[in-house]
Amino acid sequence: MKGQSLKIYVILYLVFLYAPIVLLPLFAFNSGTVIAFPLQGFTFGWFIEVFTTQALLEATRNSVFIAVSVAVLSTCFGLFAARAATRYNFPAKGGIVGFVMLPLVLPEIIVAVSLLVVLIQAGLSTGIWSVIAGHVLICTPFSIAILQGSFTNMDKSLEEAAVDLGETPLSTFRLVTLPLVAPGIIASLLICFTISLDEFIIAFFLSGNEPTLPVYIWGLLRFPARVPVIMALGTLLVALSIILLITAEYFRRRGLRRAGKRDVGGFL
Amino acid sequence: MTKQEPIIRLENVHKYYGDYHALRGITAEIGQGEFFSLLGPSGCGKTTLLRAIAGFEDISSGAIMLGGKNMEGVAPNHRPTNMVFQSYAIFPHLNVEQNVAFGLRKSGMSAADKTRAVGQALEMVGLGGYGARAAHALSGGQRQRVALARALILKPKVLLLDEPLSALDKKMREVMQVELIKLQREVGITFILVTHDQEEALVMSDRIAVMFEGEIAQLDDPERLYRRPVSRRVGEFIGMMNLLEGSLAHSGGYSVDIAGLGRADIAPEQVVGSGAAGAVSIGLRPETLSILFDDDPKSARTAQGVVDEVVYYGDMTYYDLRLDGAARPVRISMRNVVGRPVLEVGARARVSWDPRAFTVFT
Amino acid sequence: MARSFDLGRFLRRDETKGMVLIAPPFIYAVLLLAAPLAAIVLFSFWTQDFMTIDRSFTLSNYREAFTDPLYMELLSRSLRISLSVTAITVVLAFPVAYFVSFYVAPERKSLWLFLITIPFWTSYLIRVFLWRVILAYDGPVNGTLVGLGVIDEPLAWILYSANSVVITLAHAYAPFAILPIFVSLEKIDRSLHEAGRDLGENRVMVFLRVTLPLAMPGVLAAVLIVFIPTIGDYVTPRLVGGSDGTMIANMIQTQFMRLNNAPMGATLSVLAMLMVGFVSLVMILGTLRWTRGGKSK
Repeated sequence: MKGQSLKIYVILYLVFLYAPIVLLPLFAFNSGTVIAFPLQGFTFGWFIEVFTTQALLEATRNSVFIAVSVAVLSTCFGLFAARAATRYNFPAKGGIVGFVMLPLVLPEIIVAVSLLVVLIQAGLSTGIWSVIAGHVLICTPFSIAILQGSFTNMDKSLEEAAVDLGETPLSTFRLVTLPLVAPGIIASLLICFTISLDEFIIAFFLSGNEPTLPVYIWGLLRFPARVPVIMALGTLLVALSIILLITAEYFRRRGLRRAGKRDVGGFL
Repeated sequence: MTKQEPIIRLENVHKYYGDYHALRGITAEIGQGEFFSLLGPSGCGKTTLLRAIAGFEDISSGAIMLGGKNMEGVAPNHRPTNMVFQSYAIFPHLNVEQNVAFGLRKSGMSAADKTRAVGQALEMVGLGGYGARAAHALSGGQRQRVALARALILKPKVLLLDEPLSALDKKMREVMQVELIKLQREVGITFILVTHDQEEALVMSDRIAVMFEGEIAQLDDPERLYRRPVSRRVGEFIGMMNLLEGSLAHSGGYSVDIAGLGRADIAPEQVVGSGAAGAVSIGLRPETLSILFDDDPKSARTAQGVVDEVVYYGDMTYYDLRLDGAARPVRISMRNVVGRPVLEVGARARVSWDPRAFTVFT
Repeated sequence: MARSFDLGRFLRRDETKGMVLIAPPFIYAVLLLAAPLAAIVLFSFWTQDFMTIDRSFTLSNYREAFTDPLYMELLSRSLRISLSVTAITVVLAFPVAYFVSFYVAPERKSLWLFLITIPFWTSYLIRVFLWRVILAYDGPVNGTLVGLGVIDEPLAWILYSANSVVITLAHAYAPFAILPIFVSLEKIDRSLHEAGRDLGENRVMVFLRVTLPLAMPGVLAAVLIVFIPTIGDYVTPRLVGGSDGTMIANMIQTQFMRLNNAPMGATLSVLAMLMVGFVSLVMILGTLRWTRGGKSK
């Protein structure tokens, strides 16, 4: 039966997908300093080193601050744009919205390089805020994609009904729109946070003296002795990302359930 | 009964969408406590007009007066109207009670009063005890009742209904039609219903405005609309209308010569249009011709023909009869009386006819 | 019709509200995307000497880019690698998308998709680094192969070469390819397959004549989603490419940061964008012609 061989193929494919990630915890707890088999002893040492390295903690603080700011700003932009795109028609709508979504199809290095050029020209210095600016640019399209789904799923007449029953546009937004779009908002915040946290190339160009976590990790990669620490750090980051992702998915499903709709598969 | 001020007055209302002239000079008055329908095919402007009354569309010129006040610039949430939307617009994140109580938020009522009011509203629409139900657990008919309760609890002067029955299956539709009539009588406020289903409009309304292309073609009660359409288009839109060819003569009074039936004098109010003599179409409803069986009393005016088609409905039988001398068959509806046979295709039959039931379209 | 301007009405109009809403993100994009891109194009026509930028218009950068074999080689290598990655990734991804769409129960589908996309959300940097570890001369892959007796000596060509770049990128972009194909396949009316069988075709032919053509929009989206970012990838060639696997993004970074030649970096960026745009257009038009021409295979 064709289904069986296909299933085997898919399982092998999944193994291929997960292979590198599985290695992370393996070597994070390995006491040997070289990343190779056979494994040596079990140790928490690398994890302890993660939490005691000053530069690492600094970079983490930077990353978290940036990621939170990016999540909030991108989601706000996403709300505006998604609502404009789904509820209203205005001249050149396709072009304008398409332009805002453009960063999705641009190689990140182009975005990084062009922002750097502008900074040089304007005489501004690199740092946390330039990274935030760059990240918001690439995260907003994701936010729009998620929130567009939320808005299209919401019956248009619900807002009209609320107004008809006596509410103002503002209170309508608060009492009807927001609760129904909330799962999408939360998903957008989490996704944008994750993207910003993991992003490397824009941060590499624009973080200057305030490195983010990925930039810091990059700096460590040329020192073989520090590699196990990277393994431990990586394990923590992966675990965090997975938790965030599961939370985002939970909220997305809850949103669907509340609206009584069928699940059609993911953030598509 | 003293003549009351009409609750709604539409004065030469025009609406343009860019170049598209959606409403072309709508003028009408709707009375207190009336069950009023806007009837017409898709795109005729009936929904646009309803939304304009509700306040969701601006009008380009003219005036909409509600309760004697001009509604220009008045937002929907400040008008004395409430609307039942075509999709019912039940808030999915609230249960039934919260949905119905939604409009009471700003009323300043105490929680206990609100609960009581909600209970009464639900009882009125036949959903007593459904308060705790989740929105997505409701059937189509139940959603509609929740939408009704939610609107009526606010005691609007006018209830606007946008094709409320189109999403229901046939049986449910028939049930709800009767329920809506009863509800309106009980509550006593003006209902304005938008529909494309002429049967629905005939059943429920006190008066109907038939709209074509942004204009009111005829505004009348159902009986006048059916018996005395002002144009062929209205006549054909409402119910089933047979059309026979003939010629009109005007000397002194009107007389008409109909192919397949014969000559007859007719009253002036039966002539619609220019009134010019010559070739005309004569409209006759299915129930205005009667097939004569042997035991029927003698009739003054008869005609003969061949049965072309028989459609049996249980309580009625429809015969397509090809009259001798007529080009097209006419459809005749006959009640199925016990003991009377159903004719077969190809059988010859005699019909009786009364010219007082005809409309002449010139 | 002449009417005096009614401010209230203007503000209530749909169009106005829409434009007001889209303004903040749009203005942001114009400031931070359009303006910088324009700046890049400008820069490509200037020259830089150590720290001073000479703003006189010149085509010398472009001349250098086209005449120096190094740059052309980098551009063409980037194109080759990117196309290989795209082809491999999309071809390998299709069966997975097909499986989830046609062989998985509807309530389980989002679970499968979720499992497939989890690796995507973890740090790209770390994943690439892990591939360097995996493919190393003394790493797990070689260790296993030697241990199982498949080979005598560890393989040297699986790391620090163009091949390792291809493998790593194919891994990183796999979910990007699966999702659009999945969406496309989901939209196919299942009764079309039954109609195809009913009209006499066997399974393979139904796939070729019904499924595949209808899935083309998704395949095209997958191709673009993989192709466009991979051309400009920096991390993977840097970590696992060695000297044979460097790509254009590495050179752009070098120009900016190490050679202090921002104009040259800008020029290469412009050329890279043009190349990407041109190839993408060819792919889109090619697919449109293929599906609209209605050629049966």
